[in-house]
Amino acid sequence: MSLIEDNTAPRRVLILAAHPAPRRSFAGRAMRKAAREVEGVTFADLYAEYPRGDINADAEQARLEAHDAIIFLHPFFWYSTPAILKEWQDIVLEHGWAYGHDGNALSGKLFFSALTAGGPEEAYQPEGYNHFPVRTLLSPLEQTADLCGMVYLPPFAFFSAGHAHEDNRINEHVAEWKGLLMALRDHTLDIETARALPRLDGQLKPLTGEK
Amino acid sequence: MAGILLDATIYLVAAVILVPICTRFGLGSVLGYLIAGVLIGPILGLVGQETQDLQHIAEFGVVMMLFLIGLELEPRALWDMRMRLLGLGGLQVGLTAALIGAACMAMGLQWSVSIAIGLTFALSSTAIVMQSLAEKKLDKTEGGRASFSILLFQDIAVIPMLALLPLLALPMVMGTGLEADIAHGADAAHGAADAAHGADASHGPSLNLTEGMPGWAYGLTVLAAVGVVVGGGMYLTRPLFRFIARSGLREMFTATALFIVIGIALLMTLVGLSPALGTFLAGVVLANSEYRHELEADIEPFKGLLLGLFFITVGAGIDFEVLTADWMLIGGLVAALIGAKAAVLMVLAFVFKLRGRNRWLMALSLAQAGEFGFVLISFNVQNNVIPADLVPVLSLVVALSMLITPLLFILYERVFHNKFAEGDDDREADEIDQRGTTIIAGHGRFGQIVHRVLAASGYEIVVLEHRSEFVDNMTKFGVKTFYGDATRPDLLHAAGLHNAKQFVAAIDDKEQITELVKHVRRERPDIHIVARAIDRHHVYQLYAAGANDIIRETFDSAVRAARSALEGLGEHPFEAEKAVRFFVKHDRETLVKLAAAWREGESVWDNPEYLAIARSQTDLMEQTMRNDRETARDNAMDRAWMPPDKRPEEEVDED
Repeated sequence: MSLIEDNTAPRRVLILAAHPAPRRSFAGRAMRKAAREVEGVTFADLYAEYPRGDINADAEQARLEAHDAIIFLHPFFWYSTPAILKEWQDIVLEHGWAYGHDGNALSGKLFFSALTAGGPEEAYQPEGYNHFPVRTLLSPLEQTADLCGMVYLPPFAFFSAGHAHEDNRINEHVAEWKGLLMALRDHTLDIETARALPRLDGQLKPLTGEK
Repeated sequence: MAGILLDATIYLVAAVILVPICTRFGLGSVLGYLIAGVLIGPILGLVGQETQDLQHIAEFGVVMMLFLIGLELEPRALWDMRMRLLGLGGLQVGLTAALIGAACMAMGLQWSVSIAIGLTFALSSTAIVMQSLAEKKLDKTEGGRASFSILLFQDIAVIPMLALLPLLALPMVMGTGLEADIAHGADAAHGAADAAHGADASHGPSLNLTEGMPGWAYGLTVLAAVGVVVGGGMYLTRPLFRFIARSGLREMFTATALFIVIGIALLMTLVGLSPALGTFLAGVVLANSEYRHELEADIEPFKGLLLGLFFITVGAGIDFEVLTADWMLIGGLVAALIGAKAAVLMVLAFVFKLRGRNRWLMALSLAQAGEFGFVLISFNVQNNVIPADLVPVLSLVVALSMLITPLLFILYERVFHNKFAEGDDDREADEIDQRGTTIIAGHGRFGQIVHRVLAASGYEIVVLEHRSEFVDNMTKFGVKTFYGDATRPDLLHAAGLHNAKQFVAAIDDKEQITELVKHVRRERPDIHIVARAIDRHHVYQLYAAGANDIIRETFDSAVRAARSALEGLGEHPFEAEKAVRFFVKHDRETLVKLAAAWREGESVWDNPEYLAIARSQTDLMEQTMRNDRETARDNAMDRAWMPPDKRPEEEVDED
C-alpha cells in the first residue's frame, strides 16, 4: 500500500491495441471492448489508425507524453507483438526523446503488455513446448522500457485464447482486466510488488489489498 | 538553276555516302565530311572556286553551334568557368602565338609577319573540336570542358586581334593602293564582324554603324547591343514564344528560332562584334528558358547541315598543286604546328592540374589551326600584314591541320582514353550520375504528380509540355517545364533522350502515348519506360510497345474510393485495406491472363476466350472475398493471422 498517494491526480492510461485481423480475434475483441468502457482510459487501435503502416511519430509522441501508463494490447504472435507494434517502437521511440542524451520523455511512466496467447499456460515453462515463461519471452520489451526509464510491469496474459468461452474463462479475465485498469488509474495497485511478479493476471486482488 | 541543283546534288551525295561510312568505322562524321570535300574538290574536280564563297555561308554553322552551346550552359556555369576561360585560354593564345612567332622569325620571316602568323595559328577550330567532342560524348569530361574554355576565349580574342593586326602592316607594301581605305581601328572592328559572320568584305562598310564613331560612343553602342541581346533574351522571348505557340504552327517556331539567331548575328555585325559571341551570349541567357529544348530542336538541323557543308569546303579547298610542289615543307610545317600547339597545351594542362587522359584530350583536340585561321589570313593580306605569296602555304597548313584533327581524336580514343582511365574515375562517375535524368512527357494532372515526387526527391527531370499556358502557369509555381510537343523525335532528342535514364509517358492522348512508347523503345532499348494507360486495353498495347511499368490512370484512385466506401460501411480500416490489396493483386493476375487472350484490333466482345477468362476470374474473386467473410477458412486474405483451431482438422497441431 506504500504507493497509494492520496493527493495525486488519476493516472492517465493509454492502451495501444494491435490486431491485424480483428474479425478473427475472440478473446482480444472482448478485452478491447472492455477497455473502451473504462473511464479515464484512452484506447487506440493502431491498425485502424495506420492501415497502411505510416505511423505518425509526432502524434504518437504527443499522445505518450499525455499519459502516465502505457499498455500494449495484442495477440502473442511468435512470442512477440504483431508487426505494427514493432514498427511503432522503431518509429516513435526516437533517440534524444525516448532514450539517449536528453531522451527522458517516457521516464517514470508505467508500461506492460496485455496479451492473448493461443497456447495453454503449461506450455510456457521449462518443461512445456514453449520452454520459457511469457515474461522471459517478452524481455526485449522489458529492456526497451528499461532503456527508456519506464517502470516495467509483468505481462497480463490470457492463455488458450481459442477456448476463451469455456468455463466462463474470458468473462473472468475481462473483469480482472477492467479492475486492473481502474486500479492503475486510481493508484490502488501496489506497483513495487507487481514489478517483481512473473505475471499480472490473477494478481489483482493481492495487489490491491482486496481479500 | 540547274547549276545550283547540280552543285547541291554533288555536295549532298558526297556527304550522304562518306559520312555514314566514316561513322560506321568509328572515325566520326567530321572526317567523313572532310574526306567528301577532298574527294569532290581536289581529287575529282567536281567543285571549284565557289567553295570559298560557300565556306563563308557555311561558317554560319559555327554561329549556330555557339548558340546551341550557350543554351546548354547556364549563366552560373559560365561564371564558374571564368578562371579557366581567362587563365587557360589567355595563356594558350599568348604562349602559342609567341612560340610559333619565334619559330617563324627563326625561319627568317620579319617580326611583324611572325607575330601575325603566330596569332593566326594560335586559334583552334571550334567547329571541328566541339562537333567531335559532342559526337564522342567527351564534351562533359574535364578535358572537354577545358577545351571548350579555350575555344571560347579564342572566339573572344579574335575581336582585339582584328583590331590590332592592321597595326603590323608592312611598311614596304604600304601605300601601294591595294587597300588604302583600311587599317583604322573602326575598320578593324568591321573586319571582325565580317570575318566572323563570313560576309563578303564588300558588304562590310555599309553595314557597320560604328564606323567613324569616337571611342566612347563605340563603347556605348557595344554595351547597348549586348544589353539588347541579354534584355531581349530575358524579357521578350517568353511573350514572343507564347504568341507563336498559340498559332500552333510548327514552322513558325523554326522561323522564330532562325530569326533570333540571324537577328542577333546581324546586330553584332552592325556594331562590330563577333556574331558567334553574340549568339553564344543569347544562348546562355535562354539556357533557363522553358523554350530551350524547342529552340535546340529547331536550330540543330540547320547547324548540322551548315557545319557539314563547312567541313566539306575545308576538304575541297585543299590545294593539291601547292602540296605536291613542296610536300616536304608543307608536311613539316603541319607537323611542327601540331607539335608546337600540343606541347603548349600539355604544359598548360599540367599547370592547370588536369589529370590523366583529360590532359591528353585537351592537348590533342586543340592542336589544329581553325576556321578563324582562314579568316585571319585573308584579313592579314588585305591589311598588308602578310605578303600575299605566303597565303597558299599558310591556308594549306590550316586546312591540313584541320583534316588531321579527326585522326588525333581517333588516336586519343584508341590509345589514351583507356590507358589513363584510372586517373579521373571519381570525377567521371559524378558526371554520369548527374545524367541520370528522367524525361516526363506531358505535364497535366498525371505528369505533374510524377514530377513533383521525383523533384522533391532531388532527381533531375526534364518536363515537356505542349500547351504553352500550362508551361506559363507551372513556371509561376516555380516548376521548371519546357515547351514542346513530346511526340516529336527531334525534340525528344534535344531534351536528352539519348542519355536519359528514364522516360515517363504522361500525355493525355491514348494513341499518342502508344506511339511515343514505341518510338522511345526503338531509340533506346535500354531505357526504363513508365507509361500512363488510359484503360485496360491500352495496357496490352503499351505492353506490346515495350513499356516497363504500365499504370492505369484511374485505377488507383478508384481502388482508394472503394476502400473509403468499405470504411464508410463501418469496416475496420485495416480490413478494408486488406480487401483492396487482395483486389489489386487479383486484378493484376487477371490482367496478365487476359493479355494473353487479347488480340490487337479485335473487340473483346468477339473474343470468346477473353470473355471466358474475364467471367471466371470475376467469379473467383467474389468467391474468395465472400468465403473469407463467411467461413473464415482457407482464405487468401488472412492466411497468416488465422487462429490455429480455425484451420481444417489435419492442420491443427497441439498448440
